[in-house]
Amino acid sequence: MQKEYKTIREIAGPLVFVEKTEPVGYGELVQIAMPDGSTKRGQVLDTSKDIVVVQVFEGTSGIDRASGVKFLGETIKLSVSKDMLGRIFNGAGEPIDGGAPIVPEKRSEIIGAAINPYSRASPHEFIQTGISTIDGLNTLVMGQKLPIFSGSGLPHNDIALQIARQAKTLGSDREFAVVFAGMGITNEEAHYFMSDFERTGALSRAVVFMNLASDPAVERLITPRIALTAAEYLAFEHGYDILVILTDMTNYCEALRQIGAAREEVPGRRGYPGYMYTDLAQNYERAGLIKGKAGSVTQVPILTMPGDDITHPIPDLTGYITEGQIVVSRELHRKGIYPPIFVLPSLSRLMNAGIGEGQTREDHKQLSDQLYAAYAEGVDLRGLVAIVGKEALSERDQRLLEFSDDFEDRFVRQGREIDRHIGDDTLELGWDMISALPESALTRIDKKIMSQYHPAYRDKNKK
Amino acid sequence: MEVKAKGEIFRVSGPVVTAEGISPRMYDVVLVGHEKLMGEVIRLEGDKSTIQVYEDTSGIRPGEPVENTGESLSVELGPGLLRSIYDGIQRPLPVLRDSMGDYILRGVTAPGLDHTVKWDFKATAKAGDEVNGGDILGTVQETPTIVHKILVPPKVSGKIKSIKKGKYTVDEVIGTLEDGTELQLMHKWPVREPRPFSRKHPPDIPLVTGTRILDSLFPIAKGGTAAIPGGFGTGKTVIQQTLAKWSDAQIVVYVGCGERGNEMTEVLTEFPHLKDPKTGGPLMDRTVLIANTSNMPVAAREASVYTGITLAEYYRDQGYDVSLMADSTSRWAEAMREISSRLEEMPGEEGYPAYLASRLSEFYERAGRVETMAGDDGSVTVIGAVSPAGGDFSEPVTQNTLRIVKVFWALDSKLAQKRHFPAINWLTSYSLYNRVLGDWYSENASEKWSDNIATTMAILQEESELQEIVQLVGSDALPEDQQLTLEVARLLREFYLQQNAFHDVDTYCKLNVQAEFLDVILYYKELAEAALASGISVPNLTGIPVLEELGRSKFEENFIDLLPKLRKRIKNEISGLKED
Ligand SMILES: Nc1ncnc2c1ncn2[C@@H]1O[C@H](COP(=O)(O)OP(=O)(O)OP(=O)(O)O)[C@@H](O)[C@H]1O
Ligand SMILES: [Mg+2]
Repeated sequence: MQKEYKTIREIAGPLVFVEKTEPVGYGELVQIAMPDGSTKRGQVLDTSKDIVVVQVFEGTSGIDRASGVKFLGETIKLSVSKDMLGRIFNGAGEPIDGGAPIVPEKRSEIIGAAINPYSRASPHEFIQTGISTIDGLNTLVMGQKLPIFSGSGLPHNDIALQIARQAKTLGSDREFAVVFAGMGITNEEAHYFMSDFERTGALSRAVVFMNLASDPAVERLITPRIALTAAEYLAFEHGYDILVILTDMTNYCEALRQIGAAREEVPGRRGYPGYMYTDLAQNYERAGLIKGKAGSVTQVPILTMPGDDITHPIPDLTGYITEGQIVVSRELHRKGIYPPIFVLPSLSRLMNAGIGEGQTREDHKQLSDQLYAAYAEGVDLRGLVAIVGKEALSERDQRLLEFSDDFEDRFVRQGREIDRHIGDDTLELGWDMISALPESALTRIDKKIMSQYHPAYRDKNKK
Repeated sequence: MEVKAKGEIFRVSGPVVTAEGISPRMYDVVLVGHEKLMGEVIRLEGDKSTIQVYEDTSGIRPGEPVENTGESLSVELGPGLLRSIYDGIQRPLPVLRDSMGDYILRGVTAPGLDHTVKWDFKATAKAGDEVNGGDILGTVQETPTIVHKILVPPKVSGKIKSIKKGKYTVDEVIGTLEDGTELQLMHKWPVREPRPFSRKHPPDIPLVTGTRILDSLFPIAKGGTAAIPGGFGTGKTVIQQTLAKWSDAQIVVYVGCGERGNEMTEVLTEFPHLKDPKTGGPLMDRTVLIANTSNMPVAAREASVYTGITLAEYYRDQGYDVSLMADSTSRWAEAMREISSRLEEMPGEEGYPAYLASRLSEFYERAGRVETMAGDDGSVTVIGAVSPAGGDFSEPVTQNTLRIVKVFWALDSKLAQKRHFPAINWLTSYSLYNRVLGDWYSENASEKWSDNIATTMAILQEESELQEIVQLVGSDALPEDQQLTLEVARLLREFYLQQNAFHDVDTYCKLNVQAEFLDVILYYKELAEAALASGISVPNLTGIPVLEELGRSKFEENFIDLLPKLRKRIKNEISGLKED
């Protein structure tokens, strides 16, 4: 039995300072017995012969000097099992769906050790999300970490759900199991996610972790780690392809900032702790493939950019770690376009590895470059038109301008339930739109691809 | 006698551990806890020693033992470094995988070099020779393309008593000095101490990169220093990897410092299949990788750049031109910041320690082209990526770096978003080597080199001024000669400056091709200006078909053969134009 200490010296914010203990391990799990008989859990943040600093997950309200503190002698672990699929847990990993406790197949440390870079395999397999702006221009690849940069009030949750519902690989039609971690989300949002999972039957192949806005902020710090521990277990020990959705990373970072402030640390940029980059990386880098192992962990973290500012530390540090980003735009949303994905600042850095002959289609790269370039030029021209008027534009520029509207209206816009096939729908739509442009404007496409895929030629060539 | 002392842990706070009961020197390596985690002493105060630990400290308790090794953090230098991939403290990642599986656990030590492989040593020194530190004892064929020179350890000198040749492991004795000192194929060197050399040469030979905008507009010298700052996704890693592949360094040390695991995997899978343009051997044969990814312990991240530069200096001392890529130096600075804040040091700007500037300059100072102790020429070129928060160059790491380095390749988020790659801003970037290297280029690339570059910069400068007007009134309102300038600038930007790192041909452009390519574009400018003066209209001049052809041809394998033909076509098509 562990010894119980009644030697709390100080309580400050989410932190409890305990003195006169026997040696306590760094990162060790702590149990605090409250005067009313209930218990809270925490973790050791700093330990010395003089004093031990404990961060309490459920918040410190109700704890007094007489509360008993027990150090459990181990770091935080999660009981993992295949039976977690179909179950709902709170943000600390305890079942909240009324079902039986999980019978652990294994107890895993939630602080994931880093994958040895030498053990990694390069992500290369195309995932079809059924969303044209992603599949066509910002392709998601299995094992990638590709966040959604959104803003408050924008439909990022719908996009995440649509990806979760529709994601599949093409050749083998392998489906993904989803690990979902909600951090600081509202009851309403949680309900929205849950009812969609239930409606579509997705819940049976999902593991859900919910830390609600009303739950203690500190608990948020372990929620993604718990979710990723479950994901790694299912992927690398049971061969599942796992899609991890983490939402909202902004709430996670706020919790991080709160702890930093409580510890009176020297803050970094805009009050966020200097180690936020490392902390985020310890979560995001838990995506990938391992040589010789069947499964995969693909991450789609969602964050809302405070003030829609992409240079804010949360999106900024995320962008420095992830392999691209999908940017959701308020302007497109206002125009009534769903999904309002703005392709110009979006990027999938692993796209080239996942497209082309044998994966999607040989024309994919060139078509996507061309669509991007033409849309970028069209969007640029909008600024000029506002000054000089449409009449002042050359014929070519007018067509580009029209193209950019058409692109938003037909390529970007698609229904929440519409699942587009990469070749038959997305790329074909791209060709259809691009054929409205003069051929001299199609500089990104070579002759061979033109003759085989451009609507003006391909039918002739087929005969 | 080795002074070892045992003490115990007083406090654990993340990667920082305080010990009592040992009296180490600063930077001594200590073994922490029952699991003997490796750490380094970074502060001494009263009877307490503060240690940064290179491995995860979870579960470590006060009271556990701490042992001082009495040595400072060192690397093993000898044959077998090339083709290796190490973590920040020179533990080979394949060895770690074999001993602890796919995840990096802790408490495992692994020597940097394989101590079981036998290398064929050919002695070049002989008994009776008087040798000093850095002199060459003989050679080992390390990879098919690289001959490894076995050096007398820097602080050793004397008369050779005996020297052998034949097959030896790195720690077998290959010879002795009169005073009894034993010589081996390897020696150790502390990473925080620069290796000695005889003297520094002025850096007046370029590191030819094959990237047009770098070689032409902002060249770097062998032994020089460059910084590549840029927001996320602007192309820092792509540039570093491109230089690691194609620049004319003989040895490349690539340090992935606090960046992505997948990027290191990419290098590992790609490099063995790519051919070094100079030797034809696999690129991996000249490369050492150091991978301390963002999720690996921060203290080892701090050490990784020192490990990298020490390996680089070691090959420099063998007379090689080495380039060191550090991606990203900002993560190194952040590691310093994190450790410093755990030490509760007085923070400087944005929480970085006050010694940030001096650490950066000490590091870049280790670059240079030198006469080695053995009298050869060798160089270390240092190219550091910088990842400014919010893409804002006014932050401390960028600013302090700019005060030191001689070349500034400024990456521009706007260009990257326009998919103009490499997204190097030609107006804000600079190279202080431009003048000294000009002569070399004129001699080795083309006589017209310097003039053509000056013309190019002038056109690009003028374009940016004209663009401001165009934004307000549209380009039609400009006089015709300025409209033509805009077109020439477009050709320079889209054809010459843009270069696709992922295209088999375009990724690398030889110097003679660069010279001719640029000259052809400027030839068009000259003829078009003359034609304009004689009354030909701008739309006619910019509409000639050869221009599009020029843009496509750069992707052809035989581009150099096509250029004279394109030049002729420019002449013919312009002279075929009629006045309106
Ligand atoms: N020379 C180039 N040619 C073609 N594409 C490029 C080039 N440089 C960069 N890119 C594109 O830009 C993307 C991002 O580049 P890179 O990964 O080098 O950015 P970075 O500056 O290192 O970002 P981070 O700071 O997040 O690591 C690449 O995945 C690629 O799509
Ligand atoms: Mg990078």
